[in-house]
Amino acid sequence: MSFSFADVDSVRKGLSSVQYLADEGIAGVVYLAERLQKPVLVEGPAGTGKTQLAKSVAEATGARLIRLQCYEGLDESKALYEWNYKKQLLRIQAERQGEDPEGDGMWQQIEDDLFSEEFLLTRPLLEAIRAAEPVVLLIDEVDRVEIETEALLLEILSDYQVSIPELGTVAASQIPLVFLTSNNTRELSEALKRRCLFLHIDYPDLDREKEIVLAKVPGVGESLADQVARIVRSVRQIELKKAPSVSETLDWARTLVLLGVEHIDADTAAETVNILLKYRSDIEKALKEFASSDEEFAVPAATP
Amino acid sequence: MKVEPATSPLLALLAGFISELRAAGLPVSLTENLDAMEAIQHIPIEDRDAFKYALAATLVKNHAHWRAFETVFEVYFSLRGAEYDLVDGEWPEGMDLSDFVDGLDGQQRRQGGGGGEAMSAEQLAEMLFQALMRGDDALMRAIARQAVQRYAGMEPGRPVGGTYYLYRTLRNLDLDGVLDRLMDQARDDAPGDLTPLEERLERDEFEARIDQLRKEVEAEIRRRLVADRGVEAMAKTLRKPLPEDVDFMHASREEMMALRRAIYPLTRKLAVRLARKRRHGRKGPLDFRNTMRHSLSYGGVPAEPKFRYPRPAKPEIMVVADVSGSVAAFARFTLHLVYAISNQFSKVRSFVFIDGLDEVTSFFEGVDDIGEAVHRVNAEADVVWVDGHSDYGHAFEVFWERYGKDVGPKTTVMILGDARNNYHASQAWILKEIEHRARKVFWLNPEPGAYWDTGDSIVSEYGVHCDGVFEVRNLRQLEGFVENLV
Repeated sequence: MSFSFADVDSVRKGLSSVQYLADEGIAGVVYLAERLQKPVLVEGPAGTGKTQLAKSVAEATGARLIRLQCYEGLDESKALYEWNYKKQLLRIQAERQGEDPEGDGMWQQIEDDLFSEEFLLTRPLLEAIRAAEPVVLLIDEVDRVEIETEALLLEILSDYQVSIPELGTVAASQIPLVFLTSNNTRELSEALKRRCLFLHIDYPDLDREKEIVLAKVPGVGESLADQVARIVRSVRQIELKKAPSVSETLDWARTLVLLGVEHIDADTAAETVNILLKYRSDIEKALKEFASSDEEFAVPAATP
Repeated sequence: MKVEPATSPLLALLAGFISELRAAGLPVSLTENLDAMEAIQHIPIEDRDAFKYALAATLVKNHAHWRAFETVFEVYFSLRGAEYDLVDGEWPEGMDLSDFVDGLDGQQRRQGGGGGEAMSAEQLAEMLFQALMRGDDALMRAIARQAVQRYAGMEPGRPVGGTYYLYRTLRNLDLDGVLDRLMDQARDDAPGDLTPLEERLERDEFEARIDQLRKEVEAEIRRRLVADRGVEAMAKTLRKPLPEDVDFMHASREEMMALRRAIYPLTRKLAVRLARKRRHGRKGPLDFRNTMRHSLSYGGVPAEPKFRYPRPAKPEIMVVADVSGSVAAFARFTLHLVYAISNQFSKVRSFVFIDGLDEVTSFFEGVDDIGEAVHRVNAEADVVWVDGHSDYGHAFEVFWERYGKDVGPKTTVMILGDARNNYHASQAWILKEIEHRARKVFWLNPEPGAYWDTGDSIVSEYGVHCDGVFEVRNLRQLEGFVENLV
């Protein structure tokens, strides 16, 4: 069995070569996921690069990415497999054309034919299992499916196989790297969590965010990136409905570059803050907060 | 320090670590335990961070438990690894201190020089200032060690908790004063005046660094305590409760923050769960009329029995909350939770009191940020009548007089408070009247059951007129109660 990554450090290098800057935790978990052949459950606020992680790992390892987007009402026929009902009907009809008086043996054969792979429509999960080449399977926003539907995933997550009653068990020819993402809108079942490695991706710290801006935004200067990262960090400290995500930081940096801004002053910040924050009340709050900085601050953390 | 991954001391250590995690309340299953053991064999053990993340990924499946995990980890592995050895009075080698010390007045220098012990308090403060100004992590760590050694006054075997030492160290470092000085310096260094935006950014930067320093100090104290008393003893004293187990009445400021963060996902989950319960619980009695109606399509045979959909009545809720001092936090969380799932009730009205009583329902109407509304309750509600000490009797009197007529057979009344009445008249007859009229009356008490009816607490005097008195000390109990209520 060969692994794509030799050690934790090579994970980080591999990911940064596709412009994903992984911190120690992320790289470590990805490395372990491959070694232990376990799925990774990625949790964290929206827009911190959970989905992007799976994509980047696929890109870095040269694997095919198969994505299952979860939603309420997702079921077996959308996630695992489905019988191609129309084709089966046609098959029966075609059989009728050359009708045979001794129906019994014939029927047996038709039945066998009907539930063969020819009539099987593979959906993402089965697809990932049956693929011959290396695959990264991304199960996106798994917290959106109902708790009952979660059970569908269990077999594939622990044993990398899918049982189809009519066909038998399809086992994986290669172990796919599985990423599940969750925005934590509900508690996932214990059974699911137990089968996964857990990774929480939070907003990046100052230095990492700056590096991300530098890596992802062409034409951004060192000092501008630094300023962007620092302002975003300060904005995140305010209690907002929706704190700016990394993708919004990047959008903001791109806008500033397009506008030819070298140095962010209060006016520029006020004019472009709507890219960073999406709620009117948040924008007002942030503007107020930054305009009145010289007033006395309550520094809650300063006294033990 | 090379350790073979599979040697038994490591496994024994891990087993101890995991049982400590369980003792701290983290649900670690057997499979997860096995995963962790397998995981660490793939990780070079010298790499402390990787080791930590490997354990976290396999053992901690809920981000809210991270802090508890981290504490246990730090205690268990604090004395393992060369860079974490205790350094007594020595500055790390290769660190050039002369440029700091030279910057000071010569007269401040004490005789001897060189060693850390010989430095004066002023010199240490100056170095701290410089380190923070530059954001020099290594120097900050060294200073944290020095400060702990100098100020914490730790003595072997002294049965004092870590927070005491932390307090002593930080008080001597005067971090607030340092922050002000740093800001002054930043203002001086700037070419022009600092705009409010720039000033804010500078301040946030310095605060982040000071926070870093505080963590270093904390870690150093922990290391010394572990060295003194051993891992098992310290693991027990330093054990941090999970957010859902934090006691409302004794939560530290930091725990309060964690609680506030924890309540959002909790309410969301609770709402989802309750909605689902409502949707799925369809086991009504046989609907005879409907069954007969459908039997017509089978020629009069009732082949398809029809059942009535249960329509559980949505209760009407009145929350009457004591918001004085110590129980305020509890009232806040309960109000928050009740309003977060208010669509499960036909109507929610809320009242807050100390010795006077005020209705605050309007604060919550049409507001999408419940936290904000709760904040307004604290700031604007008119709840003080005489002196601002809890007077349940008077509060109930006002309630009965003004709103008593609104209590009806559909109403569930929830009273939140510790029933510490400051020896005022209890006026328990009002509760009796309320109980008479209302569907249910519940009393939620944030105090541990053992303290009830001690001192000026008169829970049982009120309790006899309630359908239930519950101890609700933490989020877990609160969640349980609210779920049963619906």
